[in-house]
Amino acid sequence: MQRIGVFVCWCGSNIAGTVDVQAVSDALRNEPGVVFSTNYQYMCSQAGQDIIIQAVKEHNLTGIVVCSCSPRMHEATFRKTAAAAGLNPYMVEIANIREQCSWVHKDMASGTEKAIILGKAAVAKVNLNAPLTPGETPVTKRALVIGGGIAGIQTALDIADAGFPVDIVEKNPTIGGKMAQLDKTFPTLDCAACILTPKMVDVAQNDNIRIFSYSEVEDIKGFVGNFDVKIRKKARFVKEDICTGCGLCTEKCPVRKVPNEFNLGMDNRRAIYIPFAQAVPKVATIDPDACNMLKSGKCGVCSKVCTAGAIDYKQQDEILDEKYGAIVVATGFNPISMDKFDEYAYNQSKDVITSLEFERLTNAAGPTQGKLLRPSDLKHPHTIVFVQCVGSRCASCAEKGKEYCSKICCMYTAKHAMLIRDKYPDTEVYVFYIDVRTPGKNFDEFYRRAVEEYGVKYIKGMVGKVVPEGDKLKVQASDLIAGKQLHIDADLVVLAAAIEPDKSARPLATMLTASMDTNDFFTEAHPKLRPVESPTAGVFLSGACQGPKDIPETVSQASAAAAKVIGLLVKDKLTGNPCVASANEMMCNGCSTCERVCPYGAITYIDKEFRMPDRTVATRRVAQVNPAVCQGCGACTVACMSGAMDLRGFMSSQIIAEVDAICK
Amino acid sequence: MHNDNRKIADEIILRSGVNPRKCMKCGKCTATCPAFDRMEYHPHQFVYMVETGDIEPLLESKSLYTCLSCFACVDRCPRGVEPAKLVEGVRNAVIRQQGKNHMTADDVPGKLDSDLPQQAIVSAFRKYTK
Amino acid sequence: MQVNKYRPLIVAFCCNWCSYAGADLAGNNRLNYPADVKIIRVPCSCRVNPSFVLRAFQRGADGVIICGCHPGDCHYTSGNYYTRRRMALLFSMLDYLGIERERTRLEWVSAAEGAKFAATMNDFAEQVAALGENKRLEDLRCKR
Repeated sequence: MQRIGVFVCWCGSNIAGTVDVQAVSDALRNEPGVVFSTNYQYMCSQAGQDIIIQAVKEHNLTGIVVCSCSPRMHEATFRKTAAAAGLNPYMVEIANIREQCSWVHKDMASGTEKAIILGKAAVAKVNLNAPLTPGETPVTKRALVIGGGIAGIQTALDIADAGFPVDIVEKNPTIGGKMAQLDKTFPTLDCAACILTPKMVDVAQNDNIRIFSYSEVEDIKGFVGNFDVKIRKKARFVKEDICTGCGLCTEKCPVRKVPNEFNLGMDNRRAIYIPFAQAVPKVATIDPDACNMLKSGKCGVCSKVCTAGAIDYKQQDEILDEKYGAIVVATGFNPISMDKFDEYAYNQSKDVITSLEFERLTNAAGPTQGKLLRPSDLKHPHTIVFVQCVGSRCASCAEKGKEYCSKICCMYTAKHAMLIRDKYPDTEVYVFYIDVRTPGKNFDEFYRRAVEEYGVKYIKGMVGKVVPEGDKLKVQASDLIAGKQLHIDADLVVLAAAIEPDKSARPLATMLTASMDTNDFFTEAHPKLRPVESPTAGVFLSGACQGPKDIPETVSQASAAAAKVIGLLVKDKLTGNPCVASANEMMCNGCSTCERVCPYGAITYIDKEFRMPDRTVATRRVAQVNPAVCQGCGACTVACMSGAMDLRGFMSSQIIAEVDAICK
Repeated sequence: MHNDNRKIADEIILRSGVNPRKCMKCGKCTATCPAFDRMEYHPHQFVYMVETGDIEPLLESKSLYTCLSCFACVDRCPRGVEPAKLVEGVRNAVIRQQGKNHMTADDVPGKLDSDLPQQAIVSAFRKYTK
Repeated sequence: MQVNKYRPLIVAFCCNWCSYAGADLAGNNRLNYPADVKIIRVPCSCRVNPSFVLRAFQRGADGVIICGCHPGDCHYTSGNYYTRRRMALLFSMLDYLGIERERTRLEWVSAAEGAKFAATMNDFAEQVAALGENKRLEDLRCKR
């Protein structure tokens, strides 16, 4: 049986004005378990707290009920008081008789009556309280960033600058991501490579950063502060530490016709290749699907020309086991496939291209050395049609497009159109749009400049079909403002393809037990207030893996994620919330229902041996809650069919005791 | 009268199963329409006019009969509005409004030409005399 | 003044992050609602086991209201979605057992909606008072 002390606060006249505090303390004195009851003007003051400490010692109290203001106000205060008196801080309960009683009820009689009932409920709860101790777990002071695009690069640099080691895992042979493929960046028109490649060099030179390029995350176990990650370093058949990146092998390799993925297949590379001149790490990689030596054992040219002796045809995939305290997801995006948009003739004509392909076409390092030449006949196009929202905002065609707005297309199309009109004023440029969305700093001004200064023809309407005819593309479109159907003979059609999360995101989310939306974007812990954290503790989100984003937004989110990671890694130990769920193993029937409702992946199942009454040993599957991951919402407690799951601090028995006390 | 129009519009919406509010006014239906030049009101206008209840001009428009029902607009619409079904719904409304056919028996002689089969002329008179 | 108006007993389950804070805000703004409403704090509305609601009715509560964060705003991401489904089932079952729909309610109250909290409680208390005493589910074994 508990020995409970009740302390009723007047809060000056805030409570005492409408509640007869003496009557409350007198009434509660007769409750089961209560051995002491008093009232005082300001319980939260030093003198008030001293009364509590004194009473604990004099009356050997094991539990405390304070009838005062909201627990959101002073629960922490009174818990400290209890600790100072030598009690477990979780043996304190607050009856909220100010915000939820004296301040909202004018009548003394009913106010006092309610205050007594609230006090009784708190006493009933404390009778069932048990001392709780928050668990502590150590923190591995190293972060993992998955994805080496601008998001991952920025996050890694910020974490490394704060003094913590970071590893970047990138599935391609080089970091840089999509931004490395872009030509200029809106709205300032800086060249993407000029602002990105110095950052890539910073990453390479930073002592706190390790780059695992051409690598993938294979498995993730553990929880916040203590993740165990398996990383597969794919065999690139070149010794990374020896290769100097001279590029001689890539010139001598006899396999010349491998589509170059960096230029989106618009030109070719060799079987051994370095994706682009500024690649980091600048190391050659052999494409095993194209290399003659690896396929048939006949060739070996690269090995002969390599003066450093870096080629190793026998290299195997390597599995690394690493430990991390925090994981940042920065898996980025891809344009969707245009295969199903027959109306735009993407698969029929080489001159119908996506905007990302257009970036490569205008890039000085691209297949045309930056000259705007159309892919089919390398002639200069004179009439160019841009189509916006190809696959974006597409509610009816889940198999084709995406329901959401891809956000970046309006701006890059304005950029493309403007750059064409700037370099080639003889070119007619049409942009067909549904809406032009430019919410960003200097964005609308940028779009208006394309229209007003550069004479880009923006037409409100959509393109209905594109038909290749001779060397022209017949474009049929609507002009909704003129009420006309337009027929344009175009030389080049550029499709603003919707963007989607990278395909690697979903399996990764499963490994992380991080939640995703139906579009495979990672969901944030709170859409407004915790936008860079995953609901899974220790997992953070950076860039377009969380939703469509342009570069400025991606970089801000990347730095925000880094700040959150640093905030986690500076701690030596994580103190948990002791009010977490726990399963009664004797009652658990191993049904996995709780595992499915847990938003944090805090529940796992283990096989455990139990001694049965007949002295045999039985192995049963039982739920186990990781207190470091559990946030204490209680969803599992209600889902549990056998009643095995309970929430410390808010146990079912405690809440029922409160209900009973109120309904008595 | 306005209420009447709204009522007819609602009936059209109900019968066709089309929700014109889903339209985001992109104009892809109109861009894709092969009968554009022969239409007074174009597919996106059809959708808008039914949405706003501006039905009368539609009921009287010849555009109803120039729609080929090729369903290109249905196929291409990114929001699944299905304009062609709406056009069919309006046609249906015209037919259901007795005496409100797009032509009367008096108009038939003016449209005769020598290639027209006799049976068609007789049935046209029968149909539009009612 | 209605002197003899029936004074119902109402149990309100409020989630710690939104609705309990909303109730505190109603207090800060001195927005009155009947003293018949007694609040029980739970971490999340999804902590409310249907058996708690049944228990309240068994022990003579006249109405039970559950308040949580607005959909999409749950502190624990998805807890209130579970609540929404559980309570839809529970309330229809209670209705079948003769506990009128008007005696149960699920309401979304954010931490900023003190006024909504007070208005909801006023409305609910009036609604329950109009029905009078609830005798349907009282446990005969604990008849006092």
